Amino acid sequence: MKRKIKWPHLYLIIVFIILYTPIFYLLFYSFNSGGTMHDFEGFTLEWYKEVFQDTRLLIIVLNTLIIALLSALISTILGVMGALAIYYVKKRQVKNALLTFNNVLIVSPDVIIGASFLILFTMAGIKLGFTSVLLSHIAFSVPIVVLMVLPKLQEMSPTLIDAARDLGASQWDVLTKVILPFITPGIFAGFFMALTYSLDDFAVTFFVTGNGFSTLSVEIYSRARQGISLSVNALSTLIFLFTILLVIGYYFVSQRNNRLNGMGGRK
Amino acid sequence: MRSNVRNLYLIPYALWIVLFVVAPIFLILYYSFFDIEGNLTLANYKKFFTPVYLKMALSSFWYAFLITAFSLLIAYPTAYLLTKTKHKQLWLLLIILPTWINLLLKAYAFLGIFGTYGLANAILETIGIGSKQILFTDFSFVFVSVYIFIPFMILPIYNSLEQLNPSLVDAARDLGASAWTTFRRVVFPLTLDGVKAGCQAVFIPALSLFMLTRLIAGNRVITLGTAVEQHFLVTQDWGMGATIAVFLIIAMAVIMSLTGNRRGKV
Repeated sequence: MKRKIKWPHLYLIIVFIILYTPIFYLLFYSFNSGGTMHDFEGFTLEWYKEVFQDTRLLIIVLNTLIIALLSALISTILGVMGALAIYYVKKRQVKNALLTFNNVLIVSPDVIIGASFLILFTMAGIKLGFTSVLLSHIAFSVPIVVLMVLPKLQEMSPTLIDAARDLGASQWDVLTKVILPFITPGIFAGFFMALTYSLDDFAVTFFVTGNGFSTLSVEIYSRARQGISLSVNALSTLIFLFTILLVIGYYFVSQRNNRLNGMGGRK
Repeated sequence: MRSNVRNLYLIPYALWIVLFVVAPIFLILYYSFFDIEGNLTLANYKKFFTPVYLKMALSSFWYAFLITAFSLLIAYPTAYLLTKTKHKQLWLLLIILPTWINLLLKAYAFLGIFGTYGLANAILETIGIGSKQILFTDFSFVFVSVYIFIPFMILPIYNSLEQLNPSLVDAARDLGASAWTTFRRVVFPLTLDGVKAGCQAVFIPALSLFMLTRLIAGNRVITLGTAVEQHFLVTQDWGMGATIAVFLIIAMAVIMSLTGNRRGKV
């Protein structure tokens, strides 16, 4: 049975090949001394050198990371509050209304979010640049954090809170000693999702970025529009490696959380 | 005292809803009634119902439909076969991994693959078909979009297939249903929610892919999203852009209600 490749396997293999070809194509030609994405001439690290010598690009990478970390942090705090707010609301209709509002930004196409935020920031007199990009990244990351945290809250038995209060815990104690430890896996998942949303976003940022400020995806877009330059390939290789590190990091964090919180993790 | 503390959580969250969910939608609606000089008018809506814009909207829907249909055709068997593999979690992770890579980088890779001397043409050469212009065509736009959306279609279908009780399939087979009948009458109806969620996750973004139409389709394909971007960032006609955005929001609401759970209706 092992020797023969059956057709279902073949189908899966073809899907995986198609999924990964473009990625490895990019990585492969980042080492091409020929300067094009065809006809591999020889191995070179020239393009990587170019990336590391490009101060403007490095500043953009730094900006992107700062925006991602800050927006993930702030949206996680806001999202946890949102999840708690939804959790504590007793009326069913209010709960459903809040959830509907929460999901609007998740299902909206990026152009709509971008265009409406552009109008919003212009009307509010916020200068397009760092602040507007940060605010919009926080705004579109909040709902996903809520969606990651809320199931954990609902999984938690309400008797835990009652027990804590019976034993004389204050509201603050209940929050920090009972609720937050229980929903930590959800908070971490939400934080990582917010991080990836921010790193991945192009369309919304493109609308609200203005002239002076740029993030990585906006920069890649403007470079790709000018045609092929292998420093973009080198850059994408570096991003790919960074992404894999993030995935591994996320995997270990979630594994550890599952072990620490035996009752929290379902699987 | 208790209720006071509870309401505290609601304050920042409600503020977020008002500022970034409700206000933007109203602002879009508000701006759609102004022309480029800032006069209050319905001209934008009149302009939307001219053949130029209607045709664009139609072709935008047609492309989004094609992208969704092809993604579904490829994703359903993939998800189905994935549930049958031994190391499911690992394979699933491998499906998710490409979604973590920036969409623009993937589009950029296709600039190389579909280019005149790229991989695709090299393969066509060796088969004997000869090189063709692939980049900047409708085909390349649909192909790249399907490529980007496939994981988002696979995941919900995979999840619904995983939740399917296998004894139902066994029962159907025991009662004499053929493999195809079992699939058509048992498996597919029970995973319809996953299919709907997948279609929703693909169709709505596919309406607004302006970066792909610019990079891959070379402005040959104009979607509603491209038009919004064009009006807001190039021609600065925010009123018209907002009008198109209003129609995109309406389309979105319609699709959401069509693909939403209709458990009560069966």
